[in-house]
Amino acid sequence: MTQATAPAASPSSPASPAAPQDGRTSRRSLSRRLAARPEIGALIAAIVVYVFFFTVATPFREAGSLANVLYEASVMGIMALPVALLMIGGEFDLSAGVAVTTSALTASILSFQLSVNVWTGVVVALVVALAIGAFNGWLLVRTGLPSFLITLGSFLILQGANLAVTKFYTGNVATDSISDMDGFDQARKVFASEIGIGGVDVKITVFYWLVLAAAATWLLLRTKFGNWIFATGGNQESARAVGVPVTFTKIALFMTVGAGAWLVGMHILFSFNTVQSGEGVGNEFLYIIAAVIGGCLLTGGYGSAVGPVIGAFIFGMVSQGIVYANWNPDWFKAFLGVMLLLAALVNLWVRRQATRR
Amino acid sequence: MTDNTTSTSTGGTPADAPAVADAPVTGTKAVDAKAADRDGGQPIVQLRGAGKAYGNVRALHGVDLAVHPGRVACVLGDNGAGKSTLIKIVSGLHQHTEGEFLIDGEAVRLNTPREALDKGIATVYQDLATVPLMPVWRNFFLGSEMTRGPWPVRRLDIAAMKRTADAELRAMGIVLDDLDQPIGTLSGGQRQSVAIARAVYFGARVLILDEPTAALGVKQSGVVLKYIAAARDRGLGVIFITHNPHHAYMVGDHFSVLRLGTVELSAARGDVTLEELTNHMAGGAELAALKHELAQVRGVDVGGLPGEQDVKAPLAASEGTS
Repeated sequence: MTQATAPAASPSSPASPAAPQDGRTSRRSLSRRLAARPEIGALIAAIVVYVFFFTVATPFREAGSLANVLYEASVMGIMALPVALLMIGGEFDLSAGVAVTTSALTASILSFQLSVNVWTGVVVALVVALAIGAFNGWLLVRTGLPSFLITLGSFLILQGANLAVTKFYTGNVATDSISDMDGFDQARKVFASEIGIGGVDVKITVFYWLVLAAAATWLLLRTKFGNWIFATGGNQESARAVGVPVTFTKIALFMTVGAGAWLVGMHILFSFNTVQSGEGVGNEFLYIIAAVIGGCLLTGGYGSAVGPVIGAFIFGMVSQGIVYANWNPDWFKAFLGVMLLLAALVNLWVRRQATRR
Repeated sequence: MTDNTTSTSTGGTPADAPAVADAPVTGTKAVDAKAADRDGGQPIVQLRGAGKAYGNVRALHGVDLAVHPGRVACVLGDNGAGKSTLIKIVSGLHQHTEGEFLIDGEAVRLNTPREALDKGIATVYQDLATVPLMPVWRNFFLGSEMTRGPWPVRRLDIAAMKRTADAELRAMGIVLDDLDQPIGTLSGGQRQSVAIARAVYFGARVLILDEPTAALGVKQSGVVLKYIAAARDRGLGVIFITHNPHHAYMVGDHFSVLRLGTVELSAARGDVTLEELTNHMAGGAELAALKHELAQVRGVDVGGLPGEQDVKAPLAASEGTS
């Protein structure tokens, strides 16, 4: 008994001399901690791309061009934000691209067919967009199937329904113009106006984009919900075991994507008065690409809201820069692919450096 | 520390007396706890003939277990013995299908880990105790974050959380220089220790440790065992799941060996030696039966195996005590 009980105290003795430092956890240097930021790779890439187009394309240097780049970036960037949050939470949404078109179509067709104030359509479209997100999320937590499969399914459903429903009501692939309806001008001010800054007209979406990015950053880093997003994406089982409402978090994230789709959909509707029902296909990948270029981990649990902002800005610079440089715009996708691969490699390398002991 | 002072210390058997002299803190604890047990002191968590069936498969059957404050109840068993099922019932991940599960003497049925947490039962899982890419302090408060400010601007109280995490970790003897580093960069023993400190801080009365030393080296295991002892000395009841009898015997007050879903051995510390425990854990009973057959095979050394009589004795002893 004596011999047996004595070891109970002994484990402490070898460990206690090391207690002041307790192993190998010395503080990491500032540069290494900076390099551990998810968006650092994207930031370097953005500077390189900017300098590149600034050098080769003279029109790219004008303030008006920058406004165009920002507009291009904002329309994608608004969606890239919730998609990035969802990705940090460990899931994909392939239906995000067509959901934008669906919400625009809903508002447009509903207002036109019922001849009601466009704001009714806007509100119903929001409900529909949130419902699509909730459906994706609910099916995911209910079945445990990969989000890739579930949202691929809802992507196809929405793509088909967009075309079929539009053709049913209008006999055409585009909706009727709603520009002469009640509330249109007001809604246009809210969703698709321009604000002059220093003689340059900047689209209102740019401001939405930046405000939402700030809100998303605050949400991720300063709220409980942000903590839950990281935990759900980082290790779902651990998160559940310590009491994080994983189901709520996932459904809420999918609904956030729905809300983003609604905002972009309303912008498209009120900028062009009519909606092409086949639009939006393929955009879901652009959102994911912006998030990945911005340093979000494809497997979840790591990333930031600033990253996809930079990712979308790179997207805007490339798509406009090619035009300003008078190149064949067909090269855009190829350029984007190269950017994506480079970003993925840089992020991989950076993360290995940063988390290395 | 003095949860059990109300119970008389006369229950301590003479066998325990040297232990008290050797290691005053732990020894006294064991005596007090045992006294509480014998006086009918109420365990925090108790299983009475509990079992769990998955369809036709009976994973666990007729298990008795009592967890007292300030005591370490060790559950040993080989792979597939039912250890995981047992902790899943106690931690609220699964529900028992037979017998009784009592918390503070009241029969309960836990539906989620959250309910178990609310009743003061915290589980530290071997592999999924933490989220590797999140900083240490975020992991520490995950699921129970501190906030400040009114609702629309309610935000994490990061300064308070870092301060508290640091103080709590230091109280358990864990000193980390940078709470912002991802917890995945800590060693396995440090991660377990953080998880234990977290459970202690959040008011756990019962701590379930699922094979905390299984993936660790000798030194790291020692670190974890130290924190188990620290948690016990803070008055927590500990369920220590392991398949290493040496680790169990270092900190345990009561030992239950599971085999094929039932309790093969249930003995207090004074009623079983490390050797008997090791024999049981090594599949002693089965190996003893196989000894005769193995002896026929060339190249198998059966000299060190226990005989049939070696593993019979503690079984009888366990029947006497339980």
